Amino acid sequence: MVVQDYKHSHAAHCESGVMSSMLSYYGVKLSEPMVFGLSSALTFAYLPFIKVGGMPMIGYRSMPKSIIKNLQKNLKIKMKLERFSTKEKGEARLDELLSENKLVGAQTSVYWLPYFPEEMRFHFNVHNLMVYGKEGNEYLISDPVFEHPVRCDAKDFAKSRFAKGMMAPKGLLYYPVDIPKDIEIKPAIVKAIAKTAKGMLKTPVPIAGLKGIQSLAKAILKLEKKDTKYAKLFLGHIIRMQEEIGTGGAGFRYMYASFLKEASTLFDNNEVLKEASQMMLEVGDEWREFALLIAKAIRSKKEIDFKTISDKLMSVAESEKNTYLKMTEFNG
Amino acid sequence: MDIQNVPQEDSSTYAKNKKAIYASDEDGNVKVVGSTGWNVEETATKQALEDLADLAKEAHAEVVAGKRSNLYYYMYALRMDLDLLAQVTGFFKWTIKRDFKPEVFAKISDKRLDVYADVMGKTKETLKELEEL
Repeated sequence: MVVQDYKHSHAAHCESGVMSSMLSYYGVKLSEPMVFGLSSALTFAYLPFIKVGGMPMIGYRSMPKSIIKNLQKNLKIKMKLERFSTKEKGEARLDELLSENKLVGAQTSVYWLPYFPEEMRFHFNVHNLMVYGKEGNEYLISDPVFEHPVRCDAKDFAKSRFAKGMMAPKGLLYYPVDIPKDIEIKPAIVKAIAKTAKGMLKTPVPIAGLKGIQSLAKAILKLEKKDTKYAKLFLGHIIRMQEEIGTGGAGFRYMYASFLKEASTLFDNNEVLKEASQMMLEVGDEWREFALLIAKAIRSKKEIDFKTISDKLMSVAESEKNTYLKMTEFNG
Repeated sequence: MDIQNVPQEDSSTYAKNKKAIYASDEDGNVKVVGSTGWNVEETATKQALEDLADLAKEAHAEVVAGKRSNLYYYMYALRMDLDLLAQVTGFFKWTIKRDFKPEVFAKISDKRLDVYADVMGKTKETLKELEEL
């Protein structure tokens, strides 16, 4: 069985990619950047007290599932989320939904998906994808971060859907059940932009927003006292969160620039948003320069110049600040 | 980033796949471009992979030397660590550490070995044998 008339598209990030494809399929055409922007998913968080694989948690976007959650809230869309107690129940329900010609979102663990390149298979439990059919013992999968549709053996897929541990998927399946006909996108854009700017500029705690970036810059300075191997892994970990996990480049900043440009067009080529988009592109470039400094430090046998890397990050924070201030000038 | 500056550096970590990167055209529209890789990202990914491979190799040697049980090696071979293994099994860390001892692991209950086998996607027989490196 194959869901009728579904066409795969290549996206940068799993959750925004799934929501863009799924909503478009069910009648609301929204680009991936629009989905990302509308759910105010852009952020920065540095949580040294939460360790993943021995490294502090660093995020360039909001918590997993927040895109799904915020889109529902901001666009008055209703999604149905189903979790299961056993693999058997989870698989039976998936097959049933497919037989009803439904495109279904699913949460999975990257490690247990054999179609992922071996070198990209890490234990990450919050990978989103869509299932659009089943042929024999194989599911037909539209994984947004892949250029083309892929296939996955039912047994492997069940293993991935029911991986255990932190943020375990518990077989989660999701799909829209109610999409209003007259979605008002413009007021939602105004609110979402204000929320993102405020979140980055005015976070009271030093772990999120601009203060989070500055905290990370300070933590980099302190690496001087740690052993070199750890310091290099720590620095490499930042790049991985910024680029490897599928962010559209420079930790979602380029994708957000795309959103700002699209929003500008919707608001009669609004100049403030156009400028903010340009500024956000440059912010992304600075993050990539920062990553380049790190990569050179990792490869080099010489002593690492932590000060230069830390200073670069401080200057990224400054550029980000100006961009969010520019965004606050926009009021619809 | 401009479209023509999107790195196309054929990273082995992409395994011939392309990643979607957003970049700007001359009119300032920012759209998806497929990238074959960027050496900066590849450096970071490979560094992490090498670290994991080193841990597995060291663990293997310790098992061969009789200092640790197979479980200790398989944990690293599967890119896990003690924290993760505790999360996925629901076992307390100190009890897992006991199972890292060869003499304790040799007498492990079938029930407990089942749990390890399940979360590691291996058969119980595999876990009892040490694979060659």
